Amino acid sequence: MLLDILPQVLVDGLTLGFMYAVVALGYTMVYGILEFINFAHGEIFMVGAFVGTEVLLITDALGALEGMNPFVALFITLLIAMAITGALGVGIERVAYRPLRGAPRLVPLISAIGVSFLLQDLVRFTEAIARNEFYLNSPILFSGSIPLGSIAAIPTKALIVIVLAIVMMISLTLFINKTKWGIAMRAVAQDQSTASLMTINVDKVIMLTFLIGSSLGGATGVLFAQNYGTIDPYIGFILGLKAFTAAVLGGIGNIRGAMVGGVLLGLLESLSGAYMGPLTGGAFGAEYKDVFAFSILILVLLFKPEGLFGEAVKEKV
Amino acid sequence: MANMVWKSFKGIPLPVTLIWIAGFSAALHFLDKSVIAFLGILSSIVLIYYTNASSKVRMLIGALVLLIIIPLVAGDNRYYMEVASQVGIYVAMALGLNIVVGFAGLLDLGYVAFFAAGAYAYAIFSTSQANQFIPGDLFPLSGEWFWPFLIVGLIVAAIFGILLGLPVLRVKGDYLAIVTLGFGEIIRIIFNNLDKPINITNGPQGITPIPQPELLGMKMGTPFHFYFIVLVVIAFIVLANFRFENSRIGRAWIAVREDELAAQSMGISLLNTKLAAFATGASFAGVVGVIFAAKQTFIDPTSFTLMESIGILVMVILGGSGSIPGVVLGAAFVTVLQVQLLKELSNFLHSLQQAGVINLPNQLDPSKFQRLIFGIMLILVALYRPNGLIPAKRKKTDLDAIRTSKLGENRLGILSRLAKGKLSQGNQS
Repeated sequence: MLLDILPQVLVDGLTLGFMYAVVALGYTMVYGILEFINFAHGEIFMVGAFVGTEVLLITDALGALEGMNPFVALFITLLIAMAITGALGVGIERVAYRPLRGAPRLVPLISAIGVSFLLQDLVRFTEAIARNEFYLNSPILFSGSIPLGSIAAIPTKALIVIVLAIVMMISLTLFINKTKWGIAMRAVAQDQSTASLMTINVDKVIMLTFLIGSSLGGATGVLFAQNYGTIDPYIGFILGLKAFTAAVLGGIGNIRGAMVGGVLLGLLESLSGAYMGPLTGGAFGAEYKDVFAFSILILVLLFKPEGLFGEAVKEKV
Repeated sequence: MANMVWKSFKGIPLPVTLIWIAGFSAALHFLDKSVIAFLGILSSIVLIYYTNASSKVRMLIGALVLLIIIPLVAGDNRYYMEVASQVGIYVAMALGLNIVVGFAGLLDLGYVAFFAAGAYAYAIFSTSQANQFIPGDLFPLSGEWFWPFLIVGLIVAAIFGILLGLPVLRVKGDYLAIVTLGFGEIIRIIFNNLDKPINITNGPQGITPIPQPELLGMKMGTPFHFYFIVLVVIAFIVLANFRFENSRIGRAWIAVREDELAAQSMGISLLNTKLAAFATGASFAGVVGVIFAAKQTFIDPTSFTLMESIGILVMVILGGSGSIPGVVLGAAFVTVLQVQLLKELSNFLHSLQQAGVINLPNQLDPSKFQRLIFGIMLILVALYRPNGLIPAKRKKTDLDAIRTSKLGENRLGILSRLAKGKLSQGNQS
């Protein structure tokens, strides 16, 4: 029966959705401050996945992974991946975006598209030199699953994705609402020149935004590799596009919107992948699930461009 | 200082250009497989553009090189003609995208969808594929149908452009880029999966054998023939580009690009103007798509990926968006780089590898450097030459026109200042 698979579909959708949500945060934070779509954000996520997997593979090759507590291993991996992707994000901003501030809007976007392609090939080269192939299989830290009643089971790794994603979102919200730097970020998002008159160092705040957004994206990359096992240098592009869709769906520039939009999009995609085939008699199957996601993007942009949380847009970051 | 030198640069003297052309064509004629000589002849077009001569003379020399010298000295070499017609195909596409990105300022990342529409239009109806969904055993069509299908491809792609444009063009700027990217992917996925419930595109297997063009019973399937077909189409597209640039609609495009709000308040209908740009750009891609399908005799959805769209965008941006000679140069440069230079380099490295000099992992093969090179080019152009290699001249000529206009003095605002500038210049001289 169709309904029998529903709980499993929902679990898969939630896992995917929380990943979209965290990546969407990166898009929405940058957009909130610079009004610029950081096209390369999906690739930062991909780099995070590769760094995390490499850390695990190298530890494994050294024989250290065997006896290690999986939580400790994941923690260390996340830390390294976040540090590297965060630095990468800041570096990209410094080299490819900052000189273009104030240029016509399409110019930084073109630069961002360039960065995105450059990163894909750089990762492919590095892996080609190091391992002679660019598909990596990540060692999975958590196996097994927790049964939910008799009908579905939630894999431990999926549960960890969801829990960590929620932790990251809550800490980001606290950071933005409670700390001095968070207030500075909101001020810059509202009005850059006024904020700079209030002795806020706008450049530093923008750097911080890229640092946080990129490290969140990198962490999601690690979680993605843990959850799906296989990664390649091109995973970031489509996932980034969908995370952007999620950000638009929730209302771009709005942090709560990105979270809700991500989860919603993940659920919708999972449901459409599972049910579109049976419902249309096999004419349109799961191969159209990307079409479904893009159609949502287009429909939202056409009919409700301010997104689901439209009123809250003024708050931005 | 360097700027001064550049300003005083009047152009390359005519004899230098002529010697260049003669030298390289002789070199290509006598040294049959010299890649450098072939590139020398191709680049003579750039030289001609910068030659210090009247535009009639330059066009005459250009036509001479393209129509007589290249076919004469390289015509019997399939490979060179293949490269040349490949360059032509991309030049034509880039000129089409130039209307959308360069003139109207709409960043379209799904341009290849229109190319696919044209290619599939010809592929489906010229092979037995169409029998799958049209009753009666009417297909395949013969190669004579290639010529009418150039028009069909144009119309199909233009309709595609309007259908896509109607929803898409309501969004602006960066959003438009993302939405067109999404649409490009949607079209590719649909072509990839439309082998069921009704088999229209034959899905991932692709369509073959697509008939090559025939004229009065003569097959025209060699790269030599395609070179001329492409040349005619480019001539048509370049002409259309120039005519559009100076027409009412072309000025409307540029106005929309510069300032949507101001354009709108001058009575330009935003949606119609943008739709016209989309449809025009799309229709050129459609024509090229038909030629591409006939040239390859096989198409499948992998020829129409996002990489293609980005590649064409790189050509436009690198050359100078909105500048017709710039776009031609950009397209030629990127295509030659892709289909010739990288391949030569990779062959060279392979021969080194076989001789045991170096060890080259398969993934580091230079012919796979596409993304890296496109990426670096996009970043460098955005940072250091946002107007491209040959920037569009529009602004300068327009300001000059106002300066020299009799009515210049009576105008208000910035125009009156320009008129004053003219007066003070007049006093000095």
